[in-house]
Amino acid sequence: MPTITSISGRALPVRGDDLDTDRIMPARFLRAVTFEGLEKHLFEDDRAADPGHAYNNPAYRGATVLVVNKNFGCGSSREHAPQGLARQGIKAIVGESFSEIFLGNSAMLGMPCFSADRASVDALQSLVEGAPETVVDTRVDTGLVTAGNLRIQATLPPALRDGFLSGQWNPTAMLLSQFDAVRAVASRLPYVSGF
Amino acid sequence: MPTLFEKVWNAHAVRVLPSGQTQLFVGLHLVHEVTSPQAFDMIRQHGWKVAFPERTFATVDHIVPTSVQTRPFIDLTAEEMTTALERSCREFGISLWVPGQPGGEHQGIVHVVGPELGLTQPGMTIACGDSHTSTHGALGAIAFGIGTSQVRDVLASQCLALDPVKVRRIDVNGRLAPGVFAKDVILTIIRRLGVNGGVGYAYEYGGSTIDGMSIEERMTICNMSIEGGARVGYVNPDETTFAFLKGRRFVPSGAAFDRAVAWWRAVASDPDARYDDRVVIDASSVEPTVTWGINPGQSVGIHELIAADADDEALTFMGFERGRRVEGTRIDVAFIGSCTNGRISDLEEAAKIVKGRHVAPHVKALVVPGSQAVSRAAEAKGLPEIFTSAGFEWRGAGCSMCLAMNPDKLEGRQVCASSSNRNFKGRQGSPTGRTLLMSPAMVAAAAVAGEVVDVRTMLEAVPA
Repeated sequence: MPTITSISGRALPVRGDDLDTDRIMPARFLRAVTFEGLEKHLFEDDRAADPGHAYNNPAYRGATVLVVNKNFGCGSSREHAPQGLARQGIKAIVGESFSEIFLGNSAMLGMPCFSADRASVDALQSLVEGAPETVVDTRVDTGLVTAGNLRIQATLPPALRDGFLSGQWNPTAMLLSQFDAVRAVASRLPYVSGF
Repeated sequence: MPTLFEKVWNAHAVRVLPSGQTQLFVGLHLVHEVTSPQAFDMIRQHGWKVAFPERTFATVDHIVPTSVQTRPFIDLTAEEMTTALERSCREFGISLWVPGQPGGEHQGIVHVVGPELGLTQPGMTIACGDSHTSTHGALGAIAFGIGTSQVRDVLASQCLALDPVKVRRIDVNGRLAPGVFAKDVILTIIRRLGVNGGVGYAYEYGGSTIDGMSIEERMTICNMSIEGGARVGYVNPDETTFAFLKGRRFVPSGAAFDRAVAWWRAVASDPDARYDDRVVIDASSVEPTVTWGINPGQSVGIHELIAADADDEALTFMGFERGRRVEGTRIDVAFIGSCTNGRISDLEEAAKIVKGRHVAPHVKALVVPGSQAVSRAAEAKGLPEIFTSAGFEWRGAGCSMCLAMNPDKLEGRQVCASSSNRNFKGRQGSPTGRTLLMSPAMVAAAAVAGEVVDVRTMLEAVPA
């Protein structure tokens, strides 16, 4: 698995607190046995309701950093939401805060979710809205997010940060590597052996 | 002095991973048709096996039609997704309950089925690719909603890589007034602590109100923990828990049951447990509660005015104004069901209101039992007749209009009085549809009145 130390690229600001995963990926697009094509349906209903939605603005096309506000990705655990974002080309998200399930799902896809304070995130969103061509640089090791003259100190959960830096952000291989230890724990649990 | 969370976490911790996360053994893995097919495909691509197939159980709930459940389903996509799950379960040796197959009588919403079969037990770690997995905490389990990549991990290794969370103790004390239900309590908690107040926490619910609740009421509370941002919610196991479990299909019997009870008792939080935070709620202050906005924290008591600082986006979308009540809002649809409020006691409370009354002519009303077992229990009590003679549709088991992945959807800007868990924009299938969350009894009252009313005005039975 590759290490992830930094992500640079143009950014896409999506404003609003508590943007739930039904908003990001409406449930009707979960009617499939694969994740293919989900990127076409990101924020589909919000885009239809608001012509000014960032996802309707061609200036942000090709962006790799999503910039969001508070409690992003709350609600349903559907991985279809971060899958759609990753398939669209998003490689990192900077926001005020994230739901735990969304943050974990994104980490499994190698997509770090950086947290920063409201004023910093707002400044970054405003900067990008005014100058969509701005390159935003996010550093996994230091948590530093820079864009033009703006420098933001963001954070990642330490274990996820270290996972990205060491190329161990997808844990399946680790979970399987000492399987005797798993069997030992199972054998000690009374409900596994039927009391 | 550890909490239940710490005891269960420690009993299931395999090791600390190089990343610093904990490798946690998952005692029970529940699977449904929507978040699992990609996980099974990943297992196949890597040539892995399912590590503990006997610890995974599957059913179909999200996409299944609730009008007619004979196979093949009329909805071809529902049939395709069900068939894919059948194929995967057969290939990997996993128990499956789907309509039209042996064991189909156990089909239902995964969070209703687990507890009713006794699969869910105190002291377990439980995972499922669904955020409402927190429901299972009502029996004293630590239950995590997970994404599809984590479903793959649990299939492959029976483990998750997780960071521990803090524990917030929420005491609810006192008596709930007649017409006030568990749903009102959890909506009040979410309103008070915020929709992201629980991020980084497990919620431990206790206090005299919770102690006095049935397991089904506790499930309603734990179910919506995630709506407050808490991925995990639980109640310590007690005599109510043990009595609920006794005799259920996957619960040990005889001397093994007694040994199980001793272990279950021991996993409860110690009396002197230390919590990272504590909150106290006075049950007597809880009113029948309804949401006015687009997240479950945006609610008011039935007679309360929408606050002056209410969110603009939510008000605009819902068509409400500051300083007015939700009471009196005309509804188009009434939905009773979901993993939050689709169990037998929920249907009984709703039926008490409906009996001898009739759904308002302009309202489409449906009851969707949480499982086929709930449906059978309701039939034994004569509930379908009460609902259908009042003008409700009586459906087969599934998630239905809670998330509208099947044909049960709102249309246009319809307003739905709903016993479900989310009032997000578009949640019930129409991008402009509007959801008012409330208790099943309140939904029943709204269906009859044709508008949102205080259920306490209908608590007296209609003379026969």
